[in-house]
Amino acid sequence: MEAKIEDIGVILPEAEELTRPAVDEAKVYELVIIGGGPAGLTAAVYSARKRIDTLLVTKDIGGQVLLTSDVENYMGYYYITGKELIEKFKHQVRQYPIAIKENAEVIRIGKEDKTFTVETSGGGSYRTKAVIIASGKRSRPLNVKGEKELVGRGVTYCSVCDAPLFTGLDVTVIGGGNSGLTAVVDLVKIANKIYLIESLSSLKADPLLVERADRSGKVEKFLGYEVMEILGETRVSGIKIKSTQTGEIQTLAVQGVFIEIGLIPNSGFAKGVVELNGWGEIVVDCACRTNVPGIFAAGDVTTVPEKQIVVAAGEGAKAALSAYGYLLGES
Amino acid sequence: MAILNGKLKERARKEFAGLGEEVKLVVFTQELECQYCQQNRMLAEQLASLSEKISVKVYNFITDKEKAGEYKVDKIPAIVVMGEEDYGIRFYGLPGGYEFTSLVEAIKMVSSRDSGLASESRELVKKLTSLVHIQVFVTLTCPYCPAAVKLAHQLAMESDLIHADMVESAEFPHLVNKYSVFAVPKVVINEDIQFEGALPEPAFLRQVMKVGQKQN
Ligand SMILES: Cc1cc2nc3c(=O)[nH]c(=O)nc-3n(C[C@H](O)[C@H](O)[C@H](O)COP(=O)(O)OP(=O)(O)OC[C@H]3O[C@@H](n4cnc5c(N)ncnc54)[C@H](O)[C@@H]3O)c2cc1C
Repeated sequence: MEAKIEDIGVILPEAEELTRPAVDEAKVYELVIIGGGPAGLTAAVYSARKRIDTLLVTKDIGGQVLLTSDVENYMGYYYITGKELIEKFKHQVRQYPIAIKENAEVIRIGKEDKTFTVETSGGGSYRTKAVIIASGKRSRPLNVKGEKELVGRGVTYCSVCDAPLFTGLDVTVIGGGNSGLTAVVDLVKIANKIYLIESLSSLKADPLLVERADRSGKVEKFLGYEVMEILGETRVSGIKIKSTQTGEIQTLAVQGVFIEIGLIPNSGFAKGVVELNGWGEIVVDCACRTNVPGIFAAGDVTTVPEKQIVVAAGEGAKAALSAYGYLLGES
Repeated sequence: MAILNGKLKERARKEFAGLGEEVKLVVFTQELECQYCQQNRMLAEQLASLSEKISVKVYNFITDKEKAGEYKVDKIPAIVVMGEEDYGIRFYGLPGGYEFTSLVEAIKMVSSRDSGLASESRELVKKLTSLVHIQVFVTLTCPYCPAAVKLAHQLAMESDLIHADMVESAEFPHLVNKYSVFAVPKVVINEDIQFEGALPEPAFLRQVMKVGQKQN
């Protein structure tokens, strides 16, 4: 009960300290930034400081940091929660007249002559002289039978969001990395029994997390098992797993399947427009340039190694400054 | 007992500095057998203490039965956010965690007497012909939920035919069960349409129109 009080209101809506310019579909922007994570938000601040006429188009503000409970490696804060860090980012973005189209998903980038058109699933269409793609990453699906059909019926990729819905139920967490074990530790307080499934023979997660999971006495581990199928008609009823060593098949009765097996880049809309590598990451040079002049990319969606907030923010800054140089050369 | 800490109070006070018209929070509560009713009431009262524009009216769900009927409040804890008129904006369950944002947003919106919807959306909802009841199921740890709640409340503000509820899943397990809520945000429109995820405004509205243009 007390915990609930403490939870109250960590994020507040935006205080409009500055009137934000309206989103305008008629004009040609100098720069459209796709994505509101650390990379996109940092790019927005840098571009605004260069007085570039900028529109930020994004599904959400915060990106993966929305899903991060604690951050202990972003410089300037030896400890800060993900929510608080986003608050700080937002506050800084608010200081500048940046137009923002939120809750919008980009589905296509078109190019004609020297302008680009950024189109959203809501039917919005924005013309611009330059683009920064900072669309980050999302959860990787298992790609097994039953998974797609049962999303929202017991299959979930957002443990922090959905864990409270599985009170007293038996669930499984797929993935023995830090995000998998974090999900397990969250679920220990909620679920009845947790099966942890990992295809490797050991867990990659920090030992501290593993210890916390073990201590609960609620967790049963299946190491060296892969998922064959998620079972259920209208809702999840179980999961079929197979030992990678013996080939033995088992069915576990569960009502929830939490998938935490890593991330894939949000680059579908850029396919065929800019060069991608084998994993779908956008290929960039050290100045965040893609193979298409005028299109830049930054953060987790790119080939730049190390997916971290501080790296993504730095790359966002670089992309904005590169775009500035490009726009100067163009005008 | 203070529900909001000093820092949050300060922030909320700042948010409310620009409030325009008056906002009334109608709280339905009960002394016993309602785990979060007391906190819900305190939250409303503390928010009201931060601005002259916000007032609170507390009703007992049991003894003020006709009032509950009048406001069509069928479960508690409940908060109705209204102006001179009731727009159909409801919060069921304590709006803590991420949903505190939704409550502050709703207060600001009602105070501005403007839904803030896009002009195309405003035109479209004028074509509604029947009542639409939107329920948005949330958890307090869901970062994507406030967007769905806000949109639903904006629609309620815009149209007399639309009522929109935030429903805190953990507090209403029978509804979670009834509507098979396994992922949030989950939106249920009347008894006809259900979907998961925070849809953008035009897509959300398309679902609402499907339900609200039926002959009845
Ligand atoms: C659980 C978890 C814990 C983590 N912990 C840490 C940590 O402690 N320290 C650390 O440094 N890093 C951590 N990371 C990694 C860090 O969060 C990422 O490296 C960083 O967020 C990447 O930033 P980004 O801006 O490139 O992408 P993202 O954060 O992924 O943001 C992408 C943005 O683009 C938007 N978007 C995506 N597709 C579209 C589209 N089609 N149209 C419009 N918008 C779109 C998204 O909504 C989002 O706003 C963690 C990640 C996770 C998942």
